[in-house]
Amino acid sequence: MNLKKFVAPGLAVLLLMSTVAFAGCAAEEPAAETPVETPAEEPAAELEGTIDVQGSDTMLNIGTAWSEAFMDENPMVEVSIQGGGSGTGIAALLNGTVDFAHSSRDIKDEELAAGEEKGMDIVEHKVAIDGIAVIVNPANGVEALTMEQLGAIYRGEVTNWKDVGGVDKPIVLLSRDSSSGTYEFFKEAVVGDDAEYAAAAKLLPSTQAIVDEVVANDAGIGYIGLGYLTEDVKVVAIDGVKASVPAAADGSYPISRYLYMYSDGEPAGIMAAYLEWILGAEGQQLVVDEGFVPLP
Amino acid sequence: MTTPPTHSGRRLGRTTTRRAAEAVVRAIIYLCGWMAIIILAAIAVFLMWNSFRAVNEAGLFTMLSGTAWYPTSSPGKFGMLPLIVGSLFVTGVALAVCVPVGVAAAVFISEFSGRLVKEVMKSIIEFMAAVPSVVYGLIGVAVLIPFVKDAFSLTSGMTAVTGGIVLGIMSIPTVISISEDALHAVPEELRQGSAALGNTRWQTTFKVTLPAASSGIFAAVMLGLGRAIGETMAVLMLTGNAAVMPASVFESVRTMTGTIAAEMGEVVQGGLHYSVLFAVGLVLFTITFGINLVADLVLERQRKRWRR
Repeated sequence: MNLKKFVAPGLAVLLLMSTVAFAGCAAEEPAAETPVETPAEEPAAELEGTIDVQGSDTMLNIGTAWSEAFMDENPMVEVSIQGGGSGTGIAALLNGTVDFAHSSRDIKDEELAAGEEKGMDIVEHKVAIDGIAVIVNPANGVEALTMEQLGAIYRGEVTNWKDVGGVDKPIVLLSRDSSSGTYEFFKEAVVGDDAEYAAAAKLLPSTQAIVDEVVANDAGIGYIGLGYLTEDVKVVAIDGVKASVPAAADGSYPISRYLYMYSDGEPAGIMAAYLEWILGAEGQQLVVDEGFVPLP
Repeated sequence: MTTPPTHSGRRLGRTTTRRAAEAVVRAIIYLCGWMAIIILAAIAVFLMWNSFRAVNEAGLFTMLSGTAWYPTSSPGKFGMLPLIVGSLFVTGVALAVCVPVGVAAAVFISEFSGRLVKEVMKSIIEFMAAVPSVVYGLIGVAVLIPFVKDAFSLTSGMTAVTGGIVLGIMSIPTVISISEDALHAVPEELRQGSAALGNTRWQTTFKVTLPAASSGIFAAVMLGLGRAIGETMAVLMLTGNAAVMPASVFESVRTMTGTIAAEMGEVVQGGLHYSVLFAVGLVLFTITFGINLVADLVLERQRKRWRR
């Protein structure tokens, strides 16, 4: 499954532009090699079976990272991760086609009700926190923005820093590319579900590219996962709260949310082992590696 | 050029197994020759097959003329025009950089430099062609983005011009090599004839050699253009990728190649967005195929012209 997922786009990209495909392969290899040295000695090697997970695209990368590391430690276990969106994942859970649903939002009441009708007992597991910091150049005088101001900036309604308490300078809007889960979450939380990002927003291929441009450009504004914050940029307080791991964890910072896994009933057997592993040190380390906030 | 074999031993040693081996080798070489055509055809079919859903559901004309590119909204907006225009803007800047520099360098190498300089220049140019595009991209991020921002007093250095300059530099080796070949192919008699009429070397070059090689140089430009329009990594890193209809080359643009590279990793397999990216690939393929075809036809014409 995972292999197929990688090979198909890889092949397509290869056909179109070999450069990117090579970069992709190079990036894939070390990740696959390093864990091979550790397994075997683990006592948990008796675990055996299949776990199917589907849901949130935001969680696709972290889910894949979890599943790959878990499968390396437990060679007899097969964990398949699929995206498609939180709603798709929960629907699949309700249909009994998957074991876990990845969801980057709370389960809706009607979804819970649909589960009860089928005699299911949907259990919620918080597995990580997703928080997004809004950053500007340290030379920028703007210290705080409201959610409304931030939304207006990203919708392209406010285009000059002087309209939000800064100097008279056009705002340089920086965003992640639309393939990023961060792009989606920021759109939902800030831009608005029915609105679109300003067309003039520069969509940069990586969080690092956003940081670099904000560092170099005193008119830039960007957003990055909390895990990527550095000293070189200034964090803008949103609705009076500065982005930080504790503020994201206690819910006081507005652009943060829990990431969930839902199951039918309390997980048992390999499902319990997988969940426990995710909530444990190794799983939470991967949360950090993927740019999310670990559970407090 | 090589001298014919003097011994007849090779002929006597030809056994049945050897003949069979030769047949196999010939078959393999024959197959390899056809392979390029088969692969090309397969790519075309593959692109068309995968973009079928996009053409069906989003509509070819709607996609080609639409100006809003919001592929992950629901419903997704798949207006490709900003991407096509973005690619053309970047490529235009690249041409403005690589044609004058490339042709001038080819003229110098072919007409004015001594043998040693020529050999050294040629190896350096080959080395330039071998530098990976991501390295050009990195240098562009570190040097060119701040430079462009300051030089043109822009709000951001991530513009079509930034990507175009780097693409132009990347296309220079292609333009030089092929232009130099074209100049080299001009028969020496033409130059000698011109010199005999009392023309200086400059006059000969500009009035005789360059016009005589013009179709080859045109082909060089076309191939450089094909290289520039298809380049991905550097533009992804340098142009800012905002899907706007750019009013000038000093604005951020989103190119077709950059879009495919940035978005392909996360799309749902077989979904509409997936298919639309293939449609973008098909448009790009058609453009580059056309460019290369024209270049080839022109080159062929030049070869015929000087063939004896």
